[in-house]
Amino acid sequence: MQIIGTVITGIGTVFLCLGGLGVFRLPDVYNRLQAGTKCTTLGAFLTIIGVGIMHPDWLSKTLVIALFILITNPISNHALGRASRKSGVPLCDRSVVDKADEFEEYKEKQ
Amino acid sequence: MPQTTPSTIERVKGFAWLLMATFVLWLALSSKLNRAELICGGLVCLIISLFGAHMYSKLGFPSLSMKMVLFFLIYIIVLFWEIIKANFDVAYRVVHPKMPIKPGIVVIKTHLKSDIAKMILASSITLTPGTFTLDVIGDKLLIHWINVKAEDIDGATSLISRKFEKYLRIIFT
Repeated sequence: MQIIGTVITGIGTVFLCLGGLGVFRLPDVYNRLQAGTKCTTLGAFLTIIGVGIMHPDWLSKTLVIALFILITNPISNHALGRASRKSGVPLCDRSVVDKADEFEEYKEKQ
Repeated sequence: MPQTTPSTIERVKGFAWLLMATFVLWLALSSKLNRAELICGGLVCLIISLFGAHMYSKLGFPSLSMKMVLFFLIYIIVLFWEIIKANFDVAYRVVHPKMPIKPGIVVIKTHLKSDIAKMILASSITLTPGTFTLDVIGDKLLIHWINVKAEDIDGATSLISRKFEKYLRIIFT
């Protein structure tokens, strides 16, 4: 049980580390958010569940924490992305398409 | 959105969902099954649900049925598989020395009606490979895509949201 928990926590920390590397390497805010959300969601999830497996008394509590992370992480990411688009953060040079103007027109029609 | 008073059915639904959610949360947090704990927790959950039900009745919760629970479980499994794929996808793009990214912003549309269904769809899109939701208005979603494969609205919709929407449409009928 101890070993399984340690392995799962280790995999989680590897994903957290990759997420940090992604935030460091990717070019603009939106791409960094991609790495920041996906890797931290699974990384934190696995780390917390791993701790729960190491100490079976805590398993139900860790499951609740993991569930909250799974629900709130996409929402905070959404809020950050929306705020940076509203305040006019530009896309990086390698971007191929930007349909945001079309979306604005649709929004005004509503 | 026009302010309408929720019907009785919606109120009862909101109450039932809130009661269930708070009680399950209490069970998970207390992690004991004494009679005293259960009665005390149940009473507090009942009071919270009675006072909070009107706030949750407008969100459009689905009715509870066997089919809905079954499809919800399938949906959770699909979502977890997509999350794992998403992580390996992002890890590959980050570790690769040339960074094979092709970012862009596309628009997709959805047929889902209720607010909570749209929220679940937007959160699921955020957790799947290479896409995240920037904004939701009416039936359109603004998506940032790290590796754009289709620029038009229909192509992007079928690539990004179809695999979730077919389950969500059954759950939220």
